[in-house]
Amino acid sequence: MAIASSPGERRAETDLKALSAAVAERFGTALSESSSDKGYVLSLSVNQPECLPSLCRFLFWDRGCSFGGIIAEEHPAHWQLYYPFLLASAGWIEVTLQLPIEVATVPSISSEVHAADWHEREVEDLFGLHFENHPRLGDFILPDQIWQEGINPMRKKFDANQPHFERQPDANWRPLLVVQDPGSFAMPVGPVYEGGIGESLHFLLETVGEDVIRASPRLFYKYRAVEKIAEGRSISDVLLLAERFAATSAFAHSLAFCRAVEKIYAVELPARAAHLRIALCELERLRHHAGAIAAICESTALAVSAAHAAISEEELLRASCVFTGHRYLFGLNVPGGLRRDVELNQCKNLLAAVDNAQAELRVLEDRLRYSSSFLDRLEDVGVIDGDQARDLNLVGPVGRASGLSCDFRKACPYSGYERYQFDVPYESEGDGYARLRVLFAESLQSVKLIHQAIESLEPGPLYVPCEGTTPGAALGWTEAPRGAALHWVSVDETGTVERYRAITPSFNNWLGFHIAAEDFAFQDFPIILATFGLSATECDR
Amino acid sequence: MSFWFLHGLRRGIQSTRYPRTLDSAPGVSPGHPINTEFSSSGDARDAAASCPVDAILADGRMAFVDDGLCIHCQRCRFGIRSPMNWELGYEWTELPPGRKDYETLPSAFSKSLHVMVVDAGDCGACLHEVKQLNNPLYNMHRLGYFFTATPRTADLLLVVGPVSENMRGPLLKTYEAMPDSKRVMAVGTCAITGGVFGRSFMCAGGVGSVLPVDLEVPGNPPPPLAVLHGLLVASGRKVVTIGELVSRRRS
Repeated sequence: MAIASSPGERRAETDLKALSAAVAERFGTALSESSSDKGYVLSLSVNQPECLPSLCRFLFWDRGCSFGGIIAEEHPAHWQLYYPFLLASAGWIEVTLQLPIEVATVPSISSEVHAADWHEREVEDLFGLHFENHPRLGDFILPDQIWQEGINPMRKKFDANQPHFERQPDANWRPLLVVQDPGSFAMPVGPVYEGGIGESLHFLLETVGEDVIRASPRLFYKYRAVEKIAEGRSISDVLLLAERFAATSAFAHSLAFCRAVEKIYAVELPARAAHLRIALCELERLRHHAGAIAAICESTALAVSAAHAAISEEELLRASCVFTGHRYLFGLNVPGGLRRDVELNQCKNLLAAVDNAQAELRVLEDRLRYSSSFLDRLEDVGVIDGDQARDLNLVGPVGRASGLSCDFRKACPYSGYERYQFDVPYESEGDGYARLRVLFAESLQSVKLIHQAIESLEPGPLYVPCEGTTPGAALGWTEAPRGAALHWVSVDETGTVERYRAITPSFNNWLGFHIAAEDFAFQDFPIILATFGLSATECDR
Repeated sequence: MSFWFLHGLRRGIQSTRYPRTLDSAPGVSPGHPINTEFSSSGDARDAAASCPVDAILADGRMAFVDDGLCIHCQRCRFGIRSPMNWELGYEWTELPPGRKDYETLPSAFSKSLHVMVVDAGDCGACLHEVKQLNNPLYNMHRLGYFFTATPRTADLLLVVGPVSENMRGPLLKTYEAMPDSKRVMAVGTCAITGGVFGRSFMCAGGVGSVLPVDLEVPGNPPPPLAVLHGLLVASGRKVVTIGELVSRRRS
């Protein structure tokens, strides 16, 4: 197995200064540049909107930056769009575009950076901004069956607290079919399926019988408008939302939110809190991966192995509960540190539990490796090659199984990860089995990290007050169990959240799902779905 | 491949003995805050003020907890001078406010209950805990309970999540497709009152505003055994506790 400690496929450019010079030479007066945060952030403000696509193309393709997402903000007199890009091991490039409020058209970057496709569709649906030359807008988060176009809930004037019944749904709405040959038909699956034990989402399987040509997921059945209802609430209330919109990666998301707030108020975290946060992050990753492995085993109907992994997962849930008081690590993170401390014997119990889980997972991996009927169902199923993964900027274990070794813990370390010894395992085949191997290898690294974190715990404070009266905005990031998570928080002088934006790994990776689910046999569908291990709630928010 | 058979045998029976005996393995439940008598009314008011969702009502020296609103954030437990009493356990199933009793399903269902689960915008935790009932540690099949793939054969509709606007239609259709006699169980704080998502243009704020709810399992999320207790109550093998729990909420 190949292991790289630093991203291998990227250009050897680690200096934002060199990038800044190259951008200045190429784009000249179309941009104004500034650098901040000890040289870790390069801000590029676009003066001529028509330059935006070529700038994004230059950063993404020519310089090998990863695309973060799109953050739209409505201000009284102008629109502000942020496009964060990450240059691994160097820092963030924040591309900003400002437009007068009366302008309703933005140049689309989707044709240059395909990963921006869904981001632009989301902004169009929720803000009503039109993206020029985007191939398919409308009918995304608010489905046209029940919401007509023109309702833009993220606009400031929209009242989110009241039910919105003034709707004229499109009675003639029909799903978009791509395969229209004689004999072909579309099979709808969901939103209530698998006895409801699966999350609510809908698939349209376009098929000619046994073989499925295309599977298009339709998400946002679970859209709860977390970003909208967060507006106008206090930081401690939004923290509850950040932690509860996707519970299976609650700690990672609340951590990204807390880090954004800590950045706004320039709070230095106590060492004990930083180490304990890493231990908890990795505990969550280990538990998530055990669950994901159980789901893969179950999708192939290998019941004993599924039971084996499920027991490990439940034991980790119980260990989390004993360690922190909550099975899903709710209520621990708070801007400025952690809410409760742990004692030495609790740490010992936790280490015993994760060691046990590691031993169990090792046994399971060995057994699975020799189960030919199991491997037959995973190998060469749901393949995404490295170019496709790069094209759509896939993140997390899915991206790493296709050779993208980008991991925020290495590429832009947070919470002190730079002081830890660990590897980022990756594979290159990009099939279901590669994704399973990445999950196993990552869980072993997590166990290693938990040990290091617990050993580095020194007595000391766990919390420093984190409040202030300065308005500001900041980006917080973590490597959640499913991949890169970015949280953008903007607060005013009273500490009220004006804009909250969560860019989640599931949102990024669902965009790539249709590539894996193309031309496959019907019975492989659950397997492709399980090896992707995506969450609908994390995507929908 | 025969090693899987031996592997399974070697691990032996791992299932909990609940409901025959109470399971008190560490970590099986996070517990919940219970009504607390403080030494001063100031402490009770502090406890109520620490709650971000107004689930605690201070009345003199007493602080009452509304399970249907509590989101288990533990702010009344840690980082506060006098914390609320915290009780482990998981037999939390209760009646919705205003209901006097639960009409048990006919006795034929007591050892054969088919459960239809609908995820109506849940954060993943409640759904995950419900799913855990299928794993060997809880193994609800031994009690004759099954998750069913279609509403046509379902006896109990188990709803998690605050009912997002986009799921309202599918939820109603599922309910209508179920044959009589059917019962509805709301699992988790979000399904009971909307939880942190509350009531908004996208959230109905609980299953109760869409469907008639027969039983509620509070918790954020309720641990698997709490959900199992709900199923036992629904099928008539346990009785729901009636009393102060019922009348208090949202009065």
